[in-house]
Amino acid sequence: MKTLNRLLKQPIQITMSTPNKKPKKELTIEQKINRRNFISFSAFTVLAVGAFEGWEWLYKSPQETAGITAGARKPLRRALNKTELFFRRAFSDNHLVKTYPKSMAAKHVRVNSDIGVEAEKKFDPATWKLQVNKKGGEVLQISLQELMTLPKTEIIYDFKCVEGWDQISHWGGVKFKDLIDHYQLGDYTKMQYVGMETPDKAYYVGIDMPSAMHPQTLLAYEMNDKLLPLQNGAPLRLIIPVKYGIKNLKRIGSITFSNSRPHDYWAEQGYDYYSGL
Amino acid sequence: MLIYWANDEYYIRIFGHTYFRFFPDWFYNTLKIPHRLSEGMAFHFLFMWFFTLNGILYFIYTIISGDWRELMPKKNSFKEAFLVVLHDLHIRKMAPPQNKYNAAQRIAYTAIIIMGFGSVITGLAIYKPVQFYYLTWICGGYHFARILHFILTLGYVFFFVIHIVQVILAGWNNFRSVISGFEVVNENPKPAIETTNTDNDEHTE
Repeated sequence: MKTLNRLLKQPIQITMSTPNKKPKKELTIEQKINRRNFISFSAFTVLAVGAFEGWEWLYKSPQETAGITAGARKPLRRALNKTELFFRRAFSDNHLVKTYPKSMAAKHVRVNSDIGVEAEKKFDPATWKLQVNKKGGEVLQISLQELMTLPKTEIIYDFKCVEGWDQISHWGGVKFKDLIDHYQLGDYTKMQYVGMETPDKAYYVGIDMPSAMHPQTLLAYEMNDKLLPLQNGAPLRLIIPVKYGIKNLKRIGSITFSNSRPHDYWAEQGYDYYSGL
Repeated sequence: MLIYWANDEYYIRIFGHTYFRFFPDWFYNTLKIPHRLSEGMAFHFLFMWFFTLNGILYFIYTIISGDWRELMPKKNSFKEAFLVVLHDLHIRKMAPPQNKYNAAQRIAYTAIIIMGFGSVITGLAIYKPVQFYYLTWICGGYHFARILHFILTLGYVFFFVIHIVQVILAGWNNFRSVISGFEVVNENPKPAIETTNTDNDEHTE
């Protein structure tokens, strides 16, 4: 408990430096109290009003112009993008998602969304081919049988959703990196982004190249040691443990490479484009 | 424990019949919560910076200024804090003697700093569980880290409510001292004979 007297012992002797002026009258204790109260309460009021106005400004700030990202307030989108740049520095291929024994994998894997893979849509996995769009309009067509001849990688990890749920699940398929190596697409990995779309183009994601090339990123065709069920993304889906579920595209139709962000379904709905874990 | 934003997850259901829903639709509709997850996340990832930086600056300030001496609990604080609580609940008449902050405040104001660090660490553990896997491990895994993060948030709500109530109860002079940084104490000369009247031991927070 600092008493007022102690606090007021040091002050205000500025007047002494100019000898011509008459020294000001010493303030009474009462005046000092009032003066200090006035100053501090003014500052408090200014800060309080500032905080309130700042919140109002933020809350009522306009929506970003719809483009690759949309649906968020302008300043909040800026913050998301800056935050991405900050946390991307922590990204490393050596940081691996925790894996679990097979016995812990869920038998009933949750189906949270069917955008782009709706049951009523006509789709025949047998005639499906993965399209990889190369430079100059060249398209590489890869069948599931061809993919299955590549080295198979399995992962049992905790799949995480932005909604808050997570589930340990078991997937098998080709590492994205192995696909790149096998089809000699190494040059394309110098570009910054990979875009993936469902065959009907209803669902689409954009993935930064480091995350796509992460050693645990799979193009999965198996779940719990069996071929993928349709609602889980047959014949081929993305399993990317360094991203939230929203980036784990089901039923991949085509893959593209670009230096700018490819369009992304949930980034257009106000979510963070990066959504990295 | 399931920490989940969707409203239908919390209920008491026996033999397929739902007896009680903790958060019925009207609760969410009144608060205008549904379908605003992306908005909430965007706010979260902006304000995390503000709270973290503010906490770090405050922490550094208390170290440099030496004010931490007023804020750290002392050996006897834990015993005394109990007496403070008894006093505040009007069970005990006398408050234990105090300095700038009483024992209960010392514990609360130090705990809130530890909680702040806890929120940052558990927050990073669930925000980037792959990149900061060691933090997730320290926090006892993804699930436990989420529970801790959530409980800490509840802790701030309680801290806030109790704190505001205490400030209101402590009265205007105390509030004025909170804002201005000094307290007005009338130092009357001590009477030669002490009166037994203890009514005027104005207790301030």
